[in-house]
Amino acid sequence: MNSADTAINRSVTANDSDSSGGSNIIGKGVRHESAHLHVSGGALYADDIALPANTLHAALGISSVAHGKMRSIDLYPVRTAPGVVAVITAVDVPGANNYGAILDDDPIFSDALVQYVGQPLFAVAADTCDEARRAARLARIDYETLPPILDIRAAIAAQSFVIPTQYLSRGDASAMLPQAPQRLQGSISMGGQDQFYLEGHISVALPQEDGAVLIYCSTQHPTEVQHKVSHALGLPAHKVIVQCRRMGGGFGGKESQPALFACVAAILATKTGRPVKMRVDRDADMVITGKRHDFIADYDVGFDERGRIKALTLMMASRCGYSADLSGPVNDRALMHIDNAYFLEHVSVVSHRCKTHTVSNTAFRGFGGPQGMVVIEQIIDDIARTLKLDPLDVRRANFYGIEERNVTHYQQPVEDNVIGLIVDQLEISSDYRARRQRNSAFNLQSPVIKRGIALTPVKFGISFNATLYNQAGALVNVYTDGSVLINHGGTEMGQGLFTKVAQVVAAELGVPLCSVRSSATDISKVPNTSATAASSGSDLNGKAAQAAAQTIRQRLIDFACEKYALHADAVKFADGRVTLGSIETDFATLVLDAYAARISLSATGYYRTPKIHYDRATLTGRPFFYFAYGAAVVEAAIDTLTGESRLLRVDILHDAGTSLNPAIDIGQIEGGFLQGAGWLTSEELWWNDRGELKTHAPSTYKIPTARDWPVQANVNLLQNSPNAEDTIYRSKAVGEPPLMLGIAALHAIRDAVASCGKAGAVTPLNAPATAEAVLRALTQMQTGKLQKSTMRSSVEGGGATP
Amino acid sequence: MNRQPLRFVLDGRVVTADDVVPTTTLLQYLRDTLGRIGTKEGCAEGDCGACTIVEGELCGDRIEYRAVNSCIRFLPTFDGKEIVTVESLKAPTGELHPVQQAMVDCHASQCGFCTPGFVMSLLALYLKPKNSLKPKDGAPDRNDIIDALSGNLCRCTGYRPIIDAAVRMAELPEPLVGSNGDAQSEKRRALLATIARTDSLVIDASGTGSTDKAATPAYIAPRTLDELAAHYQQHPASLLLAGATDIGLWVTKQMRDLPPLIYIGSVAELDYVKESADLLEIGASVKLGKAYEAICAHYPTLQELATRFASTPIRNSGTFCGNIANGSPIGDSMPFLLALGASVVLRCGDHTRELPLEQFYLGYQKKALQTSEFVAAVRVPLPQSVNTPDARKIRSIVTSYKISKRFDQDISAVCGGYALKISDGQIVAVRIAYGGMAAIPQRALKTEAALIGQPWSAATFKLAQQAIALDYQPIGDMRASASYRLQVAANLLMRLYLEKSQEGDPEMGAESASSLAMRIPAISATLLGLPS
Repeated sequence: MNSADTAINRSVTANDSDSSGGSNIIGKGVRHESAHLHVSGGALYADDIALPANTLHAALGISSVAHGKMRSIDLYPVRTAPGVVAVITAVDVPGANNYGAILDDDPIFSDALVQYVGQPLFAVAADTCDEARRAARLARIDYETLPPILDIRAAIAAQSFVIPTQYLSRGDASAMLPQAPQRLQGSISMGGQDQFYLEGHISVALPQEDGAVLIYCSTQHPTEVQHKVSHALGLPAHKVIVQCRRMGGGFGGKESQPALFACVAAILATKTGRPVKMRVDRDADMVITGKRHDFIADYDVGFDERGRIKALTLMMASRCGYSADLSGPVNDRALMHIDNAYFLEHVSVVSHRCKTHTVSNTAFRGFGGPQGMVVIEQIIDDIARTLKLDPLDVRRANFYGIEERNVTHYQQPVEDNVIGLIVDQLEISSDYRARRQRNSAFNLQSPVIKRGIALTPVKFGISFNATLYNQAGALVNVYTDGSVLINHGGTEMGQGLFTKVAQVVAAELGVPLCSVRSSATDISKVPNTSATAASSGSDLNGKAAQAAAQTIRQRLIDFACEKYALHADAVKFADGRVTLGSIETDFATLVLDAYAARISLSATGYYRTPKIHYDRATLTGRPFFYFAYGAAVVEAAIDTLTGESRLLRVDILHDAGTSLNPAIDIGQIEGGFLQGAGWLTSEELWWNDRGELKTHAPSTYKIPTARDWPVQANVNLLQNSPNAEDTIYRSKAVGEPPLMLGIAALHAIRDAVASCGKAGAVTPLNAPATAEAVLRALTQMQTGKLQKSTMRSSVEGGGATP
Repeated sequence: MNRQPLRFVLDGRVVTADDVVPTTTLLQYLRDTLGRIGTKEGCAEGDCGACTIVEGELCGDRIEYRAVNSCIRFLPTFDGKEIVTVESLKAPTGELHPVQQAMVDCHASQCGFCTPGFVMSLLALYLKPKNSLKPKDGAPDRNDIIDALSGNLCRCTGYRPIIDAAVRMAELPEPLVGSNGDAQSEKRRALLATIARTDSLVIDASGTGSTDKAATPAYIAPRTLDELAAHYQQHPASLLLAGATDIGLWVTKQMRDLPPLIYIGSVAELDYVKESADLLEIGASVKLGKAYEAICAHYPTLQELATRFASTPIRNSGTFCGNIANGSPIGDSMPFLLALGASVVLRCGDHTRELPLEQFYLGYQKKALQTSEFVAAVRVPLPQSVNTPDARKIRSIVTSYKISKRFDQDISAVCGGYALKISDGQIVAVRIAYGGMAAIPQRALKTEAALIGQPWSAATFKLAQQAIALDYQPIGDMRASASYRLQVAANLLMRLYLEKSQEGDPEMGAESASSLAMRIPAISATLLGLPS
């Protein structure tokens, strides 16, 4: 069952009728609002906007050492290079030389101390992009090099941290550990990940009258861009307008990072009085900007004979790079997801935020959550191997309960637990047990190829940890022909936010979807926006847009009731028509009448997430409005001679609540899964011992291709499972959670590796599970070199360790 | 001087590009000069596919359409060609092309930035002659689709809906613009014929009309082999340009000022595959895709390597001889060519000589080329027919194994090429070479010595594995550590033994046939013995 080829196995019946309207538009798999533009080359990205003929092009001059002091910097060859119009350094920043998201430790241009290879030191504006990039290479810089700290262990040894170590505990782990029937220690490491949005960073700054500046920026966070540019230029915020119609992918990489490029473009534009486009080449993008944090963890876990965890002490540490950026909240979220779907009664975690002389790591889909979950999943797997149990049974033994064992280690009750339901359904639909048995039989008689299978769960907290960001605004304009233009604080990066919000507004106003148009995110229309991040886009902006649409709808109802002497119940909006008692008319006609009667047809809407609270000092409270759940079963094969692996089949059941748009949600789930699988298999960031990132382009950094999508795939949404909380039409956020379904890919490979070792031995395989990592693990298992006592040294095999 | 300018066909019109710097990429010209911003830059190195366009070339009475990367190929190399971009598919009625409509129907775009490139790769598949697909009757199967998409990265969708769209596009009604009929219309062919070149394209340094006859032109595309050889002899500091799949990056990534360019792609005499009883000769301008097709017809076991060599768009631009002449230690063609005992045909002025390939590589990026000498062709020995009673007992093994982080479009960490002959259970001939193990693609002479004359047995190969470390001292880098390279190169010998043993040829010795997979193949599920 369920083994149909993906090409004919469609979980979603697409309904692309643009004319469907009314509330039945909610839950329909309508196409992405820009799909017809994407496929025809008509979708405009920042690089595609027509610019004045006098536009200049910018390039960054970057450092070539990981740690050092600039003794001298000679920019004469840069200034005199062909086409160069302006060259700026730290001294040319009119205001604050900083674009740090939280702390002021990210200089736009470093003026003396260099802290990573690729750190921006100066910028050039020239007539052409080529001239600017060529000139930027001509600086003569003399460094006094200092010893760099490049990896996590070295940073811990040197007590080198970007922000103080954080602790989180519940119960009394150290007291309970010795009492546990069994005990295991081990170490875990996992590599980082480049966002690899297909559209690289870009900002265009256009000088406006009276010193103002307009910026087209590929950004998930227009307001932060506004703030950083206004600080850098020393201008009030109202003189910096930021727009973004769409991004060619973001994945967290365009949350705090775009401000750098926007600041550079804005400073150069202000200095020259000419428009400046700052588009970075792919290699520069990958060298200059932050990535997912790589992590290590050392654990000591006590458990019973069923594998239920009795106590856990954990040291986690991440490579933050040279500055704090978003590392604080990223590591906090990692801490808060070391439970994944499991109840940890006695737990004590130490979290180090290591400062290294490498690029400052930043947000990436999941925001630390995936790293926390990889840690606990490996601990569970190690327990299962030790006990010679099916890892699924150990997972189940540790799941949160419904009535009891239902409070997280940060004191939030888990009130909407559906993980048991999901895993029960998926275990059956994927035929997990039988396939696992077949694999065992297969592996016994297959000398070279070994197969493995794993089911891993996902429970992911939804809301920004920082409570203040859980708010949003929207603006809905109805024009006198009945067409509707919406604007809100969220940004479109491909995730379908604009489509979902348009569905909400169309449903509320009872107009066809084609009557509703989304306009570019623009902080002059909706101000003080939160980043489109933390999966919050539709939850926040959907509710805000709903409120705005409802305001207009109520005005129209009030107007109609007065004009036609009706009761409000007699006014109904559907499919672009309005029922007014016994009369029926067009929405446009009613709107025109209302305009003539001087009724406002424009409204703002606002939303703030209820119920949430969070104490940043103790990391406790209710940081999350609700949880999103899912689970994946992956089957993989490995080649024991080479370590190569392939994913053979994936089965996914994911909880999107009452889906606003199943087609878009399935797209998020499938894409998230493969992105997560890529992180843990083929995507390896590699620095040399000078701290130079050598995987800085698609030629060397390998994200999955079409062949990596498993031949057999069954991806489904959990049915009849409305959000327990009052979210927009009871839907659930679906941006980040599916990424962690990819953890099943790592564990399927680990299961295959485990089949080559002795029963009772843990699997010495860390992420990313490249062919080399798998072969190394196999060699360690076969030579029996790796036992508990040497587990800790296995982190040296971690992919991202230089 | 009244030379023919650089011309190409776009949307049924001839575009004349004068005043162009020869290293201008097609992508730059499309976006910056023509304002066609539908085609995107994702990486500027031919690896992400956002820039993919379709190139049409008049070949006899057909226009051959193929997807290529516009970000690294220089505009002058499109002289005389048709260029199809994502905007070209616009129908007068505003309807979407079936490729586009299928992408919309299947929800195959999310952020949309990679989408124009996918549309172009799918268009090339759509316009493929139906008899070139497997199965031969028309609709592309999963492998056709995956191969067609091997040069396109998408970070959003997970590819499933794009693969679905490739199936769906064949089910939609034929469009007005961009149907197979329209693509091969008399009008299109006639228009392309009007820009067929009769002289050599010459562009001087500034891109404007040539004034100084003595100066080396910045770009010349000779039309005959003699002209090419003579020009290179007169201008020895020139750089030969073929598919630009590497040289393009010297410009887009390294920002190098290139020496004067001599483009070999217009020399019709170099675009040939000649087959004799014992030899396949491949001319210098034969594209990778065509070359591997010819090679795999004789050596079907090399098909997987051919599939995994870069990507479809790269194989449509890059040349086979370019891969060899470039001489990268991690080029994928050389290991099996060295194993087969291939040779290169070198031309210098009027003089032609032949050199065994293994004598061609002298050191890292150093080749046995005289000034003004160039690779004109490669000669690949063909399998010898076995028609004597004695020879019937000889079994030939030829194969190549590639190891990289990703299956498709990746550069090898290690690539091995193997050619062995087995008779009466004895290894009677053996040549093995590896890429990624030394500064040049290099034979494993000590390993060969450990195998020659020995019985075809696991014990023999176990012993030979130890010789790998005597043959090579590889380096560690971002693709693999030195120790993994050594370990996997040795293990590939065991794969060779196991895989070939299980094919069950009695000449091989005692091992019996089995259906077990001995490696992870391109199409995994069925070949790995998954229960259906």
